[in-house]
Amino acid sequence: MKPILEVRNLSKSFGQVIANENISLTVQPGEIVGLLGENGAGKSTLVKAVFGILKPDSGQILVDGEEVPFGDTATVIDRGVGMVHQHFQLVPVMSVTENIFLGDEPRRGLLIDRKGAKEEVLRLSKQFGLEVDPDVPVEDLPVGTQQRVEILKALRKNVRLLILDEPSAVLTPQETDELLEVIKELAKQGVGIILITHKLREVMAVADRVVVLRNGKMVGTTTPHETDESGLAQMMVGRTVILDVKKSPAKPGKPALTVKDLKVRDDRGLLAVQGANFEVREGEILGIAGVEGNGQRELVEAICGMRDRVSGEVLVTGQATKNLNPHAVHAAGIAHVPEDREKHGLVASYSIADNLVLNRFDQSPFASSFVRRLDAVSDNAVELVKKFDVRTPSAENPASSLSGGNKQKVIVARELSQGLKVLVAAQPTRGVDVGSIEFIHKQLISARDNGAAVLLVSAELDEVLSLADRVAVISGGKIVATVDAEGADRNYIGRLMAGLKE
Amino acid sequence: MFSKSLLSTYAVILVISYFYFRDSLVTTSVAGSALLFGLPLAMAAMVGILCERTGVVNIGIEGTLLFSAFLGFFIGAISKNLLVGVASALVGGIIMSLLLAVLTVNWKMDQIIAGTIINILAAGLTSFFYKQGYALPAILPRWNIPLLSDLPFIGPVLFTHGPLTYAGLILIITLWVGLFHMRWGLRSRSIGEYPSSADAAGIRVNRLKYLNLILAGGFGGLTGAYLALELVGSFDRGFSAGKGFTALALMIFGRWNPLGALGAAIFFGTAQAIANQLMITGVVNIPQPFINMLPYILTIAVLAISAGKVRPPAAAGRPYEKENS
Repeated sequence: MKPILEVRNLSKSFGQVIANENISLTVQPGEIVGLLGENGAGKSTLVKAVFGILKPDSGQILVDGEEVPFGDTATVIDRGVGMVHQHFQLVPVMSVTENIFLGDEPRRGLLIDRKGAKEEVLRLSKQFGLEVDPDVPVEDLPVGTQQRVEILKALRKNVRLLILDEPSAVLTPQETDELLEVIKELAKQGVGIILITHKLREVMAVADRVVVLRNGKMVGTTTPHETDESGLAQMMVGRTVILDVKKSPAKPGKPALTVKDLKVRDDRGLLAVQGANFEVREGEILGIAGVEGNGQRELVEAICGMRDRVSGEVLVTGQATKNLNPHAVHAAGIAHVPEDREKHGLVASYSIADNLVLNRFDQSPFASSFVRRLDAVSDNAVELVKKFDVRTPSAENPASSLSGGNKQKVIVARELSQGLKVLVAAQPTRGVDVGSIEFIHKQLISARDNGAAVLLVSAELDEVLSLADRVAVISGGKIVATVDAEGADRNYIGRLMAGLKE
Repeated sequence: MFSKSLLSTYAVILVISYFYFRDSLVTTSVAGSALLFGLPLAMAAMVGILCERTGVVNIGIEGTLLFSAFLGFFIGAISKNLLVGVASALVGGIIMSLLLAVLTVNWKMDQIIAGTIINILAAGLTSFFYKQGYALPAILPRWNIPLLSDLPFIGPVLFTHGPLTYAGLILIITLWVGLFHMRWGLRSRSIGEYPSSADAAGIRVNRLKYLNLILAGGFGGLTGAYLALELVGSFDRGFSAGKGFTALALMIFGRWNPLGALGAAIFFGTAQAIANQLMITGVVNIPQPFINMLPYILTIAVLAISAGKVRPPAAAGRPYEKENS
């Protein structure tokens, strides 16, 4: 069979950094190729070069046996290549239909044929089983549905090669499972698929073939039959990775964080947390398990002073924190690794060094009276960058230059490098590569071993079960059960998460 | 939404009819001058709409109007040919928008600074080269549209104007159709909202920005020509008198929609026309400077009311760079 895509000896560098070096890749019709690699390994660069978003330095790209010019997205789309971007390429204020047909609008005379476009969206959505309302503005849709729009957009033309760039990074586990089904269905219909991810489970579940990149080079090709998750992880990172978290039994002390009858409203004004009660002791990790959107975000924001409480109390080592702002909450001893690191964790345009002191820039030793002590800031940065293994040429580079995993390391480094009593970590490893996940997990455990109370909120049940000492299940804004993590029944917790009684 | 606009249309018709039956002559003349005062503002607002919808903030409208009116007037006067004057004004507007395009699209300069450069440049050039003693051979003639101009009220108000008035009105409506019902408009708006999505869809972002800025320059040139060659027939230093900035306010008030901005401009024109009428008839005795202030006071009031409720194109003001990582 003629391959739908053939990449020959493709190279691309950005200044000094070689992002892709001599990469060759083929995809057959109906084949699912998993493209695996850590953040910064060059996966995105490779597919962006294929799609014409980036111009490679050298090499050849053949679609359907014919060479395509570099950097020409329109031609590539024309030849039947579609791409679902990691950051959705959707215009928020425009409708689903407008987004799907942007760049290839059906016309009637001089005007856009809105009716025809809408019918076509409905037809596509039926054919591929991707349900959407064609008239809704994209910004009003949940993330999972936005992604459906992205996929439909990629499929609108007779697509024979579909590239998915980290499609599951923003999805809940349920949405991810649905996505994987869609991918399998597309492959059955003869579409060749490149699936970029660093989630090993997904690759193992759907890929026919796995191509692994590391530091811009191809390190190997394998199939899910020939290897397992730890084998893949080893290829990605270049060393043995411990996927299971090793930890000693917890030695819980006094209660450090106590939450009593906490009620919180969400952005729409509805009661999202409906009377939560729990405590986290010194030297233990309490994991909050739950399907996303069950009040976790509101709970965390209320504890950390980012959201007003309707009623109830939050105590830190017995001291009440009543509607304090984040700064005061922080002073009370609560460190926070926020769910949305781009929005609440970092100032993207500030240097890494400044980001590392965001919570203490006005305190000794980083400032004396009104003057900042930049030498102290920079010493602190050098030390933390080394200790937390932040991969960057210099701590003076802007935080925006870092990959997702390294951004998260900066936040963890900042939050852990101070005397803390309570650590609230919300989705600490979302969208983070395997190597960084391992590192962040170790840091959370060592914070616990140093006597901090850790509240871990994660959408990944496996993460909660492997890290936490106790697991609280949240459903519909209520803590419905608290169990020991050791020997917990996964199915039982899953049922509670789904809102079923016992 | 639909019933609301229908309701306000009825209200406007009702008010106009009331005054028309009280005094048809005065009402007709007020409505006519409302259009004359409002139209240049509306056309200038189109410059802003075209630019911002496609992601470029243009505060250089004032300078564009000034420069194109200047070229239109002097070249028209020297060549003694009004058509040459109109063409020169168009060229002048396009020169200014090309300058904005080079500064903001190619050099990715801060767009507020780029607009300021245009304003300062236009003010400097037009006063440095300004010479007294030139006059146009005539101003652009009125064309009374046959039959339509004989209609009561509507005829004299809408169909007894110079060619550029008709051109302006038709182009504003065309722009609305293009922006909301044609490929070009959907693509342009996607660039103003989220340019990387347009890029991913195979749209050449910077090329379309250039095209739209040139079109905007054409609108600016037409406005300058209208002011110098059809409405006033002369040129002075500081001739544009803040119309370019008022136009920006109207663009916001009209929610970046050509018809909205046209409506807002006619509202402004009506206020000005009523004030003038009151002055002429001596009903009120307000010193002229206060009457002249009216548009600016209205601008502030309107912006204060609508600010915060409107949402500009999300990417306006930011140059588009293809990502590099």
